[in-house]
Amino acid sequence: MSNPRSTEVGRPIPWTGLVFTLLGSLVLLFIIAPLAGILLSSSLGEITEAAADEEVRSSVSLTLSAALMATIACTVTGIPLAYLLARKRFFGRTTLFAIIDLPIIVPHTTAGIALLTVVGRDSLFGSTFGSLVGTAPGIAVAMAFVSVPFLINAAHNGFAKVPVHLESAARTLGASPCRTFFTISVPLAWRDILTGMIMMWARGISEFGAVVIIAYHPMTTPTLVFERFNDYGLAHARSAAVVLLIICVLIFAALRFVARRRSREE
Amino acid sequence: MLELHSINKKLGDFTLADLTMSAAKGEYFVILGPSGVGKTVFLEVVAGLLRPDSGRIVWDGADVTFTPPERRGFALVYQDYALFPHLNVEGNIAYGLRSRGVDKKTVKNKVRSTAELLGIRDLLQRKPQTLSGGEQQRTALARAMITEPNILLLDEPLAAVDPREAERLRQVLRDIHRQGDTIFLHVTHNVDEALYLGDKIGVMLDGTLRLVSTPEEIFRSPTDREVADFLGLRNVIHVDEITQGGCLAAGVEISISITDNSVAHVWIRPEDILLSEKPFESSARNQFRCKVIGWESSGRLLEVKIAVGDLALSALITRSSFDDLKIESGTILYCTFKSSAIYCF
Repeated sequence: MSNPRSTEVGRPIPWTGLVFTLLGSLVLLFIIAPLAGILLSSSLGEITEAAADEEVRSSVSLTLSAALMATIACTVTGIPLAYLLARKRFFGRTTLFAIIDLPIIVPHTTAGIALLTVVGRDSLFGSTFGSLVGTAPGIAVAMAFVSVPFLINAAHNGFAKVPVHLESAARTLGASPCRTFFTISVPLAWRDILTGMIMMWARGISEFGAVVIIAYHPMTTPTLVFERFNDYGLAHARSAAVVLLIICVLIFAALRFVARRRSREE
Repeated sequence: MLELHSINKKLGDFTLADLTMSAAKGEYFVILGPSGVGKTVFLEVVAGLLRPDSGRIVWDGADVTFTPPERRGFALVYQDYALFPHLNVEGNIAYGLRSRGVDKKTVKNKVRSTAELLGIRDLLQRKPQTLSGGEQQRTALARAMITEPNILLLDEPLAAVDPREAERLRQVLRDIHRQGDTIFLHVTHNVDEALYLGDKIGVMLDGTLRLVSTPEEIFRSPTDREVADFLGLRNVIHVDEITQGGCLAAGVEISISITDNSVAHVWIRPEDILLSEKPFESSARNQFRCKVIGWESSGRLLEVKIAVGDLALSALITRSSFDDLKIESGTILYCTFKSSAIYCF
């Protein structure tokens, strides 16, 4: 009674709860409706037909493998960086974090154009090793660029959670810095690293803007969906889109599973 | 032999200032200092995990100041044990040997014998999170000792376990220390622990060693006021002779609970001495007639100096008891203390 604010905090007045629920439901509906719509409007026959379509199949396998290549390459190079960011304090560290997040805010077609200056025909790389435009490695590069921040940030969080003195204890027991990294730091940060890898892979699979600038052909599934929509209309594009949607949902489910197991272990 | 020459290190609020010390092979060296003065920093500097700002660390005549920790052979046991949560007890203990590329069979045998030594043979398959504090500490000790370190660095090893387990672990530490010539460098804030375990005791105040002495000598060593205050040492009495059920000191027979012949000193904490106008019935075995020699203020209490025959003692009492007892110089009182409250060493 003497402090009315505390009751407000503990028990929101009824209309606040109502409004919040209503607003929340709207945004949830906004997410669920299109996805449910596309699933419900495609018949099982259409989906299986699309899944059997050679063009869809090769695009899906290209999409999954290019994104996987990107993820593996960035795991090898990005994990050491994530570890350094978690352990060392140096000048420009905050700037580095900002740089790592840049691909998230850059428009993805812009990212594609920017990448052309590095791996395109007229670039130094392109004139030395051959252009990556229109190749699977080129697609992987485009995917990597837009998705690598997810991996580095997740791995950084994982390493930051490993107590430094566990590594120190390992060192005094005779382990080199490298051995300590692989036997203590990586195993303890493993769940976060894996989550980051799955997130990066999923983000790579779904990329369209940067990929289409680097390579229209060979065709990834998002590009195929775009082309079929342009050339043949909605019905044709939908079934291929649903196939990729199902694959993405499965990957996402795997991610949630990993994350849940981690939180239960902790 | 380990030698530290004028080590300086500033880290946050903590400073190691011109710290010089040495410890011979096989020595148990206890660094005694108040809690929260960064004794862990000291150990991390010795281990090579932190680089001193200046000064040299010498092991066996070779300068190791810039040698990385894994090549020093100075194993560090942290206060919270720092067990690897993703490995079971066996994996933790084997860690050091595996890092050195020792073959599997030898590792297995040594893990088993080390676990045996520390009484954790049945726990090998358990994860650290499922162990009690004492069991975790034994695992951490096993993990360090299996590497046969030149120096074992111990950070408050008994502070986080219950008193009974602490007593058992104290014995374990003494036992494993006696098995080889590893130097034990043990930091603690606990005076009893230092007296029990140390061959040498160094008192660390303000980031430097103010006094290095043996447990026998530490209370008699000439020392400054701050060290004496930190040690809280009054009433440390040299024992002349062990008698039936007690000991003889300055002609006074004191009843003590331990009467093995190795007891050379008894220490009665001033706060454990009760003063009264008249003798009274109590379970305490020691009650003597005494004469007040003087008194001085000691914080909120008063330290009253009394004489039992030739034996001088200090008692800490409150100001109101001081008034009740009508204390003046030369007042005759009775002092009482339990034999169980006497620390013998």
